[in-house]
Amino acid sequence: MRNSRWTNLIFQLIAVILALGFTTLVMLIAKAPPLDAFKNIIIGSIGSWTKISDVLISWTPLLLATTGLLITFTAGLWNIGIEGQMMIGAVFSTWVLRLLQESTLPPALILGLAILGGMLGGALWALLTGVLKTFGGVNEIFGGLGLNFVATSINLWLIFGPWKRPGVASMSGTIPFPETLWLPTLPGSRLSLWALGLALISIVLVYFLLRGTYFGLRLKAVGKNAKAAYLLGVPTWQYSLAAFALCGIFAGLAGAMQVLVVYHRLIPSISSGYGYLGLMVAMLVNYQALWAAPVAFFFAALNIGSIQLPVVLKLDSTLSGVLQGTLVLFVLLMQGARQKLGIRN
Amino acid sequence: MTDNCQLTTANRQLTTMTSETLLIGLAGVLAAAAPVIFAVMGETFSERAGVINLSMNGSILLSAMGGFAVALNTGSLLLGFLAGAGIGALVALVVAFSSITLKQSQVAVGFVLALLTRDLAYFLGNPVMGQPGPRLQSLPLPGLSQLPVLGPLLFKQDLMTYLSFLLIFLAWAFIFRTRPGLMLQGIGERPAAAFVRGANVNRLRYFYTILGGALIGLAGPIYSLSVKAGWKGTISGLDGIGWIALSITIFGGWNPIRAALGAYLFALLQWLGLALQPILPGIPAQVLQVAPFPLMILTLLLVNIGDSEWVERALAAMPERQRRLAEKILRALRAKPPAALGTTFDSE
Repeated sequence: MRNSRWTNLIFQLIAVILALGFTTLVMLIAKAPPLDAFKNIIIGSIGSWTKISDVLISWTPLLLATTGLLITFTAGLWNIGIEGQMMIGAVFSTWVLRLLQESTLPPALILGLAILGGMLGGALWALLTGVLKTFGGVNEIFGGLGLNFVATSINLWLIFGPWKRPGVASMSGTIPFPETLWLPTLPGSRLSLWALGLALISIVLVYFLLRGTYFGLRLKAVGKNAKAAYLLGVPTWQYSLAAFALCGIFAGLAGAMQVLVVYHRLIPSISSGYGYLGLMVAMLVNYQALWAAPVAFFFAALNIGSIQLPVVLKLDSTLSGVLQGTLVLFVLLMQGARQKLGIRN
Repeated sequence: MTDNCQLTTANRQLTTMTSETLLIGLAGVLAAAAPVIFAVMGETFSERAGVINLSMNGSILLSAMGGFAVALNTGSLLLGFLAGAGIGALVALVVAFSSITLKQSQVAVGFVLALLTRDLAYFLGNPVMGQPGPRLQSLPLPGLSQLPVLGPLLFKQDLMTYLSFLLIFLAWAFIFRTRPGLMLQGIGERPAAAFVRGANVNRLRYFYTILGGALIGLAGPIYSLSVKAGWKGTISGLDGIGWIALSITIFGGWNPIRAALGAYLFALLQWLGLALQPILPGIPAQVLQVAPFPLMILTLLLVNIGDSEWVERALAAMPERQRRLAEKILRALRAKPPAALGTTFDSE
């Protein structure tokens, strides 16, 4: 047991080294200074309190997306449609704010309703993928991908159509909400402890849901072998739909946070790729909730750290994506290599 | 009287003008579908062999950038296309190695590669971004291009578009009319049976995945050296094409002819979206460009729904004549994936 844990660690270490090596190679091909780039990423992400709070702001939606995905992965589902679920969550949240911003309700209540609205929107959009899968036989990967593009077009249509700024519609989004409808942040910072707290509560909840409950156990059974679970009396499709809905709730919450905390309006790229990044984080932690938070933090740090690369080193900021992708790829490959060697020994 | 006559002439001119622009538009649709056809045929080969290459979206972007960069630096279009095919083959090799040899999830590795190769394309493509580069010239076929209607439609295209026509029929004939094609179907449907008949299942899967990857990789330079010449980074407008190609593969039911129809339908819709824009000013361009996606979901639904239990129950409750008709339609639309798609094969 102990032995296997050590080999596991060694293989993962090799994966990390290979990923760093590959990324360095890519930079050399691009005639970029690798050490300067890595240094810039580190300073740009944890070099100051402002940077760390930026990382935490970016960590929130990423952790929420990963949290939701842990549920669908446990049920054996590839919820690639999470980007769209975040987007529709943001749309619903904006909708609630637009409906109630003129009303006499206390702002705290409006904010609460907007959060709930976001969760509802995400859940409904996720259920759409789920229903297409369970009743229409449409694989969740293709249904989800298609719905992502549909969600994007709904979002764009709203921004350029019914919800456009007075005067001219633009890619910069809808008109910002009044400050009373912003979720409170720390003084002098854009970091909201509310958003951070909700994300942390979510991951803890899901950790216990998957680990310590009857529901989690049966969900695992559905994910491992749906047919066997069905024969043992687990209502399979209901569990699949429940997994989609739960994931959608967290995705929608993430979308709502983007509106209420970060942008204070609806923008075209409101989900910012956090859904896809969440899929990568979930794969990297091998679908286990325990490591989701630190790995998501690391990925968020890479994203924030690479923002200044174009300015300082004239490099494209997608370098963080290259590093994240190679990391997940090599971890998957080393996992396979370890299993292959394990069989032979 | 004269006035009237002039009016008729003008009218006639107007109609010939529009039918000419229409013809040019449709010829453009055929050209715009060419890269999609290469990608879809590549994916069809790969999936027929049992391997899903989910990396397609990023693969096309990286090969588009790579092909453009190589053609720009060497001045050789041929090298550009070869570079694109090479990049696609290399990405497919990673998919094949991790899924066939290391037995990792094809979906997981493919998805990671889709994102990774996309980011690589944007990162490495930074220096060549926005530069004017070489472009494939159109190659009107002597004689044939003079034909009325068909000439401007089919025979004033560039080389890769002609090859895309050819590829559809070659792929179809290979899969359904040759012995190796039969074996290809076998390793995707019943690998164990193919193995017993002497096929080296995993080696063939490697071969077809890499061949498919090379075809997918050709789609990239067809964009960057012809259809949407140049490399413009994130605004190249290529992000998403691979995902569409993936769904067209399914819509095509792993049959090259039907898949080609899907590709042309998609290209037609995109063109219509742009052509209709002046008529529908209230709808932003971004919305019209994603119009094919709801349709894609709908087609996937139609392709698959015939297998659902509740549909069968609903059909059973229908009156005889309507049921027959409904069953006929569903059967015509239905497409079953290769039975062993996404699974690994062990000869032991």
